[in-house]
Amino acid sequence: MLALTTLSDVDVRDAAESDVVAGLPARLVARPTSPEQVSALMRAAYEDDLVVVPRAAATMLHWAPRPTACDVILDLSAMDRVLEHQAGDLIVSAEAGTPLSRVQEAVRASGQRLAIDEVVPGSTIGGLIATNLSGPRRVAYGTARDLVIGVSTVRADGVMAKSGGKVVKNVAGYDLGKLMVGSHGTLAIVTSAYFRLHPIPEAAVWLRATAPSPRSAQSLVHQAVHSQVVPAAVEIDAHPTGETTISVLLEGTSVGVAARVDRMATALGATTAESPIGDLGLPGTDAQPLLKITSQLSAVTEIAQTAVDLGLHVRGSAGAGVLFAAVPDSVDIVRAVDILRAESTAAGGATVVLRGAPDHLDAWGPVPALDLMRSVKNRFDPQHLLSPGRFVGGL
Amino acid sequence: MSNSSTPASARLVPEVGLGSVDVVRARLARELPPGALITDRTRLRTYECDGLLLYRVTPALVVLAQDADMIQRAVRACSDARVPFVARGSGTGLSGGALPHADGVLIVTSQLRTIREISPDDQRAVVDPGVINLQVSEATRPGGYYFAPDPSSQQICSVGGNVAENSGGAHCLKYGFTTTHVTSVNMVTPQGDSITLGTRAPDAPGYDLLGTFVGSEGTLGVATEITVRLTRSPESVQTLLAGFRSTDDAGAATSAIIGAGIVPAAIEMMDALAIEAAEAAVACGYPDGAGAVLVVELDGPREEVEHEFAQVQQMCQEHGSFEIRVAADDEDRAAIWRGRKSAFAAVGRISPDYIVQDGVIPRTALAAVLREMNELAERRGVRVANVFHAGDGNLHPLVLFDESIPGQGDTAEEVSGAIIDLCLEHGGSITGEHGVGSDKAHHMPKMFTADDLDTMQLVRCAFDPAGIANPGKIYPTPRLCGERPGKRTEPHPAQLAGQAEVF
Repeated sequence: MLALTTLSDVDVRDAAESDVVAGLPARLVARPTSPEQVSALMRAAYEDDLVVVPRAAATMLHWAPRPTACDVILDLSAMDRVLEHQAGDLIVSAEAGTPLSRVQEAVRASGQRLAIDEVVPGSTIGGLIATNLSGPRRVAYGTARDLVIGVSTVRADGVMAKSGGKVVKNVAGYDLGKLMVGSHGTLAIVTSAYFRLHPIPEAAVWLRATAPSPRSAQSLVHQAVHSQVVPAAVEIDAHPTGETTISVLLEGTSVGVAARVDRMATALGATTAESPIGDLGLPGTDAQPLLKITSQLSAVTEIAQTAVDLGLHVRGSAGAGVLFAAVPDSVDIVRAVDILRAESTAAGGATVVLRGAPDHLDAWGPVPALDLMRSVKNRFDPQHLLSPGRFVGGL
Repeated sequence: MSNSSTPASARLVPEVGLGSVDVVRARLARELPPGALITDRTRLRTYECDGLLLYRVTPALVVLAQDADMIQRAVRACSDARVPFVARGSGTGLSGGALPHADGVLIVTSQLRTIREISPDDQRAVVDPGVINLQVSEATRPGGYYFAPDPSSQQICSVGGNVAENSGGAHCLKYGFTTTHVTSVNMVTPQGDSITLGTRAPDAPGYDLLGTFVGSEGTLGVATEITVRLTRSPESVQTLLAGFRSTDDAGAATSAIIGAGIVPAAIEMMDALAIEAAEAAVACGYPDGAGAVLVVELDGPREEVEHEFAQVQQMCQEHGSFEIRVAADDEDRAAIWRGRKSAFAAVGRISPDYIVQDGVIPRTALAAVLREMNELAERRGVRVANVFHAGDGNLHPLVLFDESIPGQGDTAEEVSGAIIDLCLEHGGSITGEHGVGSDKAHHMPKMFTADDLDTMQLVRCAFDPAGIANPGKIYPTPRLCGERPGKRTEPHPAQLAGQAEVF
């Protein structure tokens, strides 16, 4: 008998057909309602050597390579509360299963927001921490990595631990929040997190300009990125066929934005728009493999050109050096990744297959300091029971 | 924290045993050029403390590194011999983070001062760890960029030190801390390997070891090269100085500004005693009779700054400011900042001795905490001057005392500690930018549980299984790296048997 199934008052059931992780069926689904329950579940799973994969809304669960096993899905969707909002201190905390939209709703009444774009609708706090997915506004506000100021976690062995806190400025102890962000559930289970908030600006206006190709959009991007008009976002959207669009977001006071829009529009030959192309969403369809390509700023348009020449649809933050590219069926993904990986690495970045990597393709690619990362994983999760195989170097 | 009193025969546990620094000395004498190794006792004493003068330890050996290779050689020698090492930049730290180890090697990086690359197009600069913070901005400003983190010591502190302490400064309310502005670090691990964390681009794949390294106070290795993010120089900067009758009024004005959705580049507050000190030192000409002053700086596109600056002035007036001075030019601005930035040192003019505290509170608790702090100080018969980053709740109470009066030093230390407790009671932190270092390790258990601290040690053990990187800092009693996580919280048997000391 598994220790996990004997826990009283904790919802543990057999997995249904839909309980899969990147195509891999799970055996059990546990649905805790508190960090204490998460702790008890993890302790039990640890005793029984069960592999655990966390899940909340499952919007990005199929991202990252398939785990090597999946005994238990730890379903955090019942842990979905906004725990604390201190408007005067511009902070909020929420449980991992809380949808981002619910957090936004809670803080909006105070004229505030968590400055993370909802790129994938329905994303939860836990999912955003696991993937560090970012949208256009990262130019101005950074990503979940920069906005998390404290995390509460449960380790693979069930021990509850927190780091950081609820004040923005804090250097006491290691910043484990950053270590959790982007770790795809492989180090510990994040149960809740504190974030810093920003005031919702009075005005926000998008501008759009077009160019025949990414390469020819280079000067547009350069002008926007290096402008003292301070754009909150500089997005690029480029297809293998059709024009390249540059979208620029200006945020601030009504008076200020109006004047800045005029100046930026003149400089770029741009017109105002309701939204960037495709709103905030990722390029391509859900069924298509998705790449994340990072590079130094000066190489963004050239890399976008390469991607487009390969037949990919590219969209992303030209202002931060982070692009997403969708790979249609007609394109050989292995070849495309090879080429883009070489070019982005040479430009100080990396190419990662976020979603839909074929089994024979290394989704993460070569990663510096991998030995040290392995050593960190071994300390946190010595038995490799947390989402094994999903992360860099097969961790 | 040295185990020099332990008989050599008792040093049995290899994971924690201290090796002999003599071995390191002999090896580095062979491997390093003459002049890079300091062994002379008198010269070693020059390095016995950093900006926190309270603790002094003479290092057994000092390496004046001239390049990254020398740092690596020094760390390798330490690693092979299981000898502790401590890295030090300009030595401006205020928490004893660079306090040497008596049986260890102090690796000084201050001679590594080359700015290797400036690329405005990429918004990046690549610098040596010993490069002075302000020099990065001076070198990049002609290209339209600057380095945003600006600790008050920016004229002398090193970027490597900024990385170690994740130090902030007045402008981090708007622009974020050092960690936001570092994209990559070449470092030497405590095992002597040279590796790169992060990339020139954001979001490097893998665990964010860089985010963990920044602010780890030298306990995870030594930075040898740092790639920083540059920030576009603002088109317009406006700075004002507002005089208030009381800190309550100045605090109310701060809340009004933040509440209006304005994110100033900086909001700094000084109370009457801090103003008195600054006047005595640099004659900054702050408003007469002010019980508090606010320095508010806005920067950005000129239309935004103009609009919001008018609002800020109005809010200051509405909340009782009796005098507002607007800096007409850069010189005026520098004069306003001179008072603020010199405040710590200036306190020496009005008190023979003082302790600089560095606590954080949720900003909304400001009025309550200041009141309680004053009551505390009055009760104990010491004075507390306050200079702080009002926007983010980072307090720097300066506890004034006179060492020549018996018992007053102890009282000041107690008050300083009680202030930290006050910050924690209000949901704050024991340090906002100075670090935990040697000074506050004993406060860590007030903020974190044993399990929290154990979990941080998992990272430490991954980087530094032998526990030789800046031992004794940050953590009061780190556990031994050979232990299984989460299975034990009591002391290690080797400790109880007197065979090993955890450092």
